[in-house]
Amino acid sequence: MVDLISITENDTVEVEKFDSNSYLNMELLRFTTAGSVDDGKSTLIGRLLYDSKSIFEDQYESIRATSEKRGEQYVNLALFTDGLKAEREQGITIDVAYRYFSTPKRKFIIADTPGHIQYTRNMVTGASTANLAIILVDARHGVVEQTKRHSIIASLLGIPHIAVCINKMDMLDYSQEVFDKIVEDYRVFATRLKTKDIHFIPVSALLGDNIVHRSEYMKWYEGVTLLYLLETIHIASDINHIDLRFPVQFVIRPYSDKFHDYRGYAGRIASGVIRPGDKVTVLPSGFTSKVKRVELDGKELEEAFAPLSVTVLLEDDIDISRGDMLVRENNLPRQSQDIEAMVCWMSDKPLQLNGKYALKHTTKDVRAVIKEIKYKLDINSLHRITENPSIGMNDIGRISIRTTAPLCCDAYTRNRDTGSFILIDEATNVTVGACMIID
Amino acid sequence: MSYTLNHLKTLESESIFVLREVAAQFQNPAILFSGGKDSILVTYLAKKAFYPAAVPFPLVHIDTGHNFPETLEYRDKLVERLDARLIVGSVQDSIDHGRVAEEKGYNASRIRLQTTTLLDIIEKYKFDACIGGARRDEEKARAKERFFSHRDEFGQWDPKNQRPELWNLFNGRMQQGENFRIFPISNWTELDVWQYLAMEGIEMPSLYFSHKRRVFQRDGNLLAESPNIPMKPHEQAEEMVVRFRTIGDITSTGATLSTAGTLDDIIQEVAATRTTERGGRADDKRSETSMEDRKKEGYF
Repeated sequence: MVDLISITENDTVEVEKFDSNSYLNMELLRFTTAGSVDDGKSTLIGRLLYDSKSIFEDQYESIRATSEKRGEQYVNLALFTDGLKAEREQGITIDVAYRYFSTPKRKFIIADTPGHIQYTRNMVTGASTANLAIILVDARHGVVEQTKRHSIIASLLGIPHIAVCINKMDMLDYSQEVFDKIVEDYRVFATRLKTKDIHFIPVSALLGDNIVHRSEYMKWYEGVTLLYLLETIHIASDINHIDLRFPVQFVIRPYSDKFHDYRGYAGRIASGVIRPGDKVTVLPSGFTSKVKRVELDGKELEEAFAPLSVTVLLEDDIDISRGDMLVRENNLPRQSQDIEAMVCWMSDKPLQLNGKYALKHTTKDVRAVIKEIKYKLDINSLHRITENPSIGMNDIGRISIRTTAPLCCDAYTRNRDTGSFILIDEATNVTVGACMIID
Repeated sequence: MSYTLNHLKTLESESIFVLREVAAQFQNPAILFSGGKDSILVTYLAKKAFYPAAVPFPLVHIDTGHNFPETLEYRDKLVERLDARLIVGSVQDSIDHGRVAEEKGYNASRIRLQTTTLLDIIEKYKFDACIGGARRDEEKARAKERFFSHRDEFGQWDPKNQRPELWNLFNGRMQQGENFRIFPISNWTELDVWQYLAMEGIEMPSLYFSHKRRVFQRDGNLLAESPNIPMKPHEQAEEMVVRFRTIGDITSTGATLSTAGTLDDIIQEVAATRTTERGGRADDKRSETSMEDRKKEGYF
């Protein structure tokens, strides 16, 4: 145990006990923050980090000095999250920035993304692995187009939990009526979202109300603070532990004297559980075998589950290579060359009908041709544009593709790993499309 | 049934996944080994990822010639234990061959010269992917780095040109002559690294632990007394009980007063500390955007 002593803003001394062993039982939570320059998203993150004591003294000093230089009245906590030169000069964030902090309960990774529509692709990127999305609403304006867009993206990307933070409550006298109206408006809109777990919190990022500490001015609010929600939200059941999907990533063959016949299939379990003795089917060949051993670094595991990286040894000597997948015979993924997917386009060269792209799905590389563009989605309204739909930078739409070899896949709503893939421009090698498979 | 993982196991799995992807996607990758805790961690994770096969990457050390002798000793012992291949790029050689010029003055350092030596080594051995121990929490300019960071033929990093990284899909495709920097421990914080090293019982270089050393004050840092650092007339060295939180070369690494003698002590200290890890690195202080500028030039 060690004492953490800190001097707070009002010069009182706080002492906390830090138990370094509690650290060993922490889970990891990834969440996104999206919002525009003006609705205080960066201030909210800065406040979260500052109040949970995750901003180090010299970093605070550096932003305090910069705030002063710029003639700002409050220490601009938003400066903490704007890293690159161009951004600091313009005062906006233009990419996905990853921030880290932890409390004794959990370790957090924040994928901080811009709010503008022209950075939809950044939000999609940050959202792809997130457990939770913070949707920031400016209480003065309520649910606006941007609120809906961010929520639709979170829903599309399969983020299981949303925390709607209604900010700047201080500017509206901490009015419960204002808060309730916004919650109601959002709820009406949210019936169209796939995300079922939605929380609402009235906050003031600037003054700190309900971010880490409960607000003195909103006694009518009976819910939890943002940090408390982040620390306690149940995420363990968000992972699919039912369908075994083990994409073979690398075949370990030592060829050494000691391990002459060793053949280990290394990879990260995308979903499900695998144990020694399990019967497995190898796709696409269809061969079956039994798991002889599951290990990592020579240490045997009784069972392994997603998202562990392990090495699997089988009883039989079958020809298996990277790109193959181990599954159970009574729970097979879809194997097909004809795929329907939602795509978020990330290139300034629009998606080409009949265009050919490289495709990466789990550990498999194939080529694909775009057979049809079904519609473009208006992501502010969920309206489908079917008349001559063209999908350009930051657009989201639905496509049909055909691949050169079958993919072992699942619907994205069931499995974020085997249900997703990327499209790559073969001329530039740049990732141009992020795709989610539809059943 | 409860299938939960603690965050260290989750991070370990992610890093091992990245390392295996590198082995699968590239022809000739290498691990950039600096002797610091992050590159030690990466090397250890690589061993775990491929066991019982040998680590399929050589260790590349860009030696400024101004390293702490303890760093070199540790490096050599590790290489022997892993039976790894070591390639040393010497900044001194680069200076001797006129590739770079030595900095002069009291704050002279060979840090900026490392970039040229590194790029020359990459070209000589034709490495297509260099694996480093950089983390995103270390410094502002690293917050937006990718796991797979694309570099052009000049080793340069263009912030506007980085590929989106979605789900667990890493796109390592490139043209002839380009290459990648890979950062498998991007999501680890300083505290995560120490906790993991303690959990796994990995032996660490002695510099990280409290010891007596003659040091002197300069610009808010405690620098080690060394023939490689010219001292100003008013600067006085005295023996203090210190340790190093981060290990760069001797000219730019600041020591902190500390009695932390074990990994547990270090963990307690890091948890309670009020200054960032790199706060003691003079190389980051030169301008507000030092790291970003150096990355654009082709540094790590």
